[in-house]
Amino acid sequence: MKLLLGDEAIALGAVHAGISGVYAYPGTPSTEITEYIQAHAPAVRSRWCSNEKTAMEAALGMSYAGKRALVCMKHVGMNVAADAFVNSAITGVNGGLVVLAADDPSMHSSQNEQDSRFYGKFAMIPILEPSSQQEAYDMMPYAYDLSEGLRLPVLMRVVTRLAHSRAEIAVREPLAQKALCPDSERTHWVLLPANARRRYAALVEKQAALQESSVKSPYNSELRTQNSKLGVLACGIAYNYVMENDPASLGIPVLKVSQYPLPEATVRAFAAQCESLLVAEDGQPMVEEQVKALVGDGYPVLGRLTGNLPRMGELTPDSVGAALDIVTAPAYANAQNVMPRPPALCQGCGHRDVYDALNRVVAEYPDARIFGDIGCYTLGALPPFRAIDSCVDMGASITMAKGAADAGVHPAIAVIGDSTFTHSGMTGLLDAVNDKSRITVVLSDNLTTAMTGGQDSAGTNKFEAICLGLGVEPEHVRVVVPLPKNMEEITRIIREEIAYDGVSVIIPRRECMQTLKRKLRQNKQK
Amino acid sequence: MKKDIILAGVGGQGILTIATIIGDAATVAGLHLKQAEVHGMSQRGGDVQSNLRLSTEPIYSDLIRRGAADLIISMEPMEALRYLPYLDKEGWVVSSSHPFKNIPNYPDEEALAGELAALPHVATLPIEEVAREHSLPKSANMVLLGMAARYMEILAPDRLRESIARVFAAKGEKVVADNLKAFDLGLEATV
Repeated sequence: MKLLLGDEAIALGAVHAGISGVYAYPGTPSTEITEYIQAHAPAVRSRWCSNEKTAMEAALGMSYAGKRALVCMKHVGMNVAADAFVNSAITGVNGGLVVLAADDPSMHSSQNEQDSRFYGKFAMIPILEPSSQQEAYDMMPYAYDLSEGLRLPVLMRVVTRLAHSRAEIAVREPLAQKALCPDSERTHWVLLPANARRRYAALVEKQAALQESSVKSPYNSELRTQNSKLGVLACGIAYNYVMENDPASLGIPVLKVSQYPLPEATVRAFAAQCESLLVAEDGQPMVEEQVKALVGDGYPVLGRLTGNLPRMGELTPDSVGAALDIVTAPAYANAQNVMPRPPALCQGCGHRDVYDALNRVVAEYPDARIFGDIGCYTLGALPPFRAIDSCVDMGASITMAKGAADAGVHPAIAVIGDSTFTHSGMTGLLDAVNDKSRITVVLSDNLTTAMTGGQDSAGTNKFEAICLGLGVEPEHVRVVVPLPKNMEEITRIIREEIAYDGVSVIIPRRECMQTLKRKLRQNKQK
Repeated sequence: MKKDIILAGVGGQGILTIATIIGDAATVAGLHLKQAEVHGMSQRGGDVQSNLRLSTEPIYSDLIRRGAADLIISMEPMEALRYLPYLDKEGWVVSSSHPFKNIPNYPDEEALAGELAALPHVATLPIEEVAREHSLPKSANMVLLGMAARYMEILAPDRLRESIARVFAAKGEKVVADNLKAFDLGLEATV
């Protein structure tokens, strides 16, 4: 037995299923999967990728070559990978390919709570949704066999509470990696319209096999009692919240669903022995909508859409208990002397000096707008800085500043971190250069991917070269060291570059305090 | 037998180390365990908690129900109060009495201490001071774990001691000895 985080159980499950590579960009709550493989499986290729799309494509390439590959991302990363992801269902796979999406209901560390299962349905591929850490581990060889059997990628969807919770895991003998065996069927992989139409027809035809697999799946199971007024359909981790409420003692039958497409015959048969169904699923009400369509008008289907469960946010044993009419009164009410404690930039962090400088300069320009991006520096939106006007998606700072500048906003300033810049900022910077947009880009370089815990950043030591290569004028690529003692120089440079009628990139560069402290600790131990 | 524990504190205070030690002890003792942690944005100085569930029976939910926690272990007094609705009527609160103020609107200290002291089952100690007085400034969290060990029941203090030795082994004998000493200070303290 091993005590493992859900993410670590997924990682070890994949390694033991014989993967040859993991491809990923860090993103909470998926990061620890790749970190675990990096630390424990030297025979598996595991270096971080620039973004989720490059990761998805590289994994597809490894599958093409006949080996098993894993690609991991947080839910919003699925948006970035979507082009490659959806088309990988059209090409199909050679070596097994599992796409792991870690959703974040309740937005603990995210800007939305989109449900990745929709992507799996959209791409028409099988989806696995483990209910526990052990099941996540156990599912991995099954997922790869399923992928190779159907010759399709398989989506595995987990949520924060499974990814970031530890449990004891029983492990099995690892499988060997597969031999190199590139696919030679070009018509499968060259998606010219004539080929793509045939491939799409083949995908449509496979749907019956997907249904059959779901109906027979060992991960879709029924806890029967006798006929009942209410039955519960419990998806993925919601199964645990249902079971925590001991449905057997209430005579409530449970249908656990951990493989999709939704097994239609199973659901119909289950509905037939109940008078109404409660659908418990973490994320958006995807299954609830499908079940309603399956059982038809007049059959009550309860869930998030009917208000029996909260419309948004992660489920809890309490919210599921309430939906089952189990009322428990807490012994204590909320305490009086408690205030919110939001996160903040670390003391001594270079981003602090960047925002201090920006706030000093921007005070002189009442029309200035600062477009932020995704990372630790998003915390610049909170007091005491209150420095940024937007934060939308990876890379949007530069392109939104460009659009706003096109519309007449001046100064239009973008603040983007080093890792976010190489993830999705570079292409937008090229747009701005080609259009001679009047924007000032602050590329705040702390030499790491800090928010997710200090992973390597793809562009470290290359940023001046990247900016020059994209066509930013050499005299408008300015490097500064963000320290309080340099405040006068930094504010002067910001003013100069705001005055320039074109694209400027200011690079404040100083190592992240967290990675610096970690290095100092490690050196001390040596 | 089960023990549902909420570990609370501020990002960076070391609650995950406490969780790691309890987790190690529970695994060695053959208990079932679920331990939901907070990773990501909140670790930057925000409020963090871990739901730690130990049981002789299999455990389903990673999260503890409201009104069901047997123990709140907190590195900070306001953070202990944050999870009060999760505490069982018979449950204990074991907390540092020393406020960590990184927000401008931190509540009145006396009112806060009063609300905490009014609970029927509560143990508090200025763990940072205790640790400093004994020249163990980095081991305040082990003082707290020592205090909590009295109410753990499902895990004997010796099991936790063994886990402290295992978890800190890589850092050398001195670190192990310091943390064991801090643990014993907490265990033996009059609170």
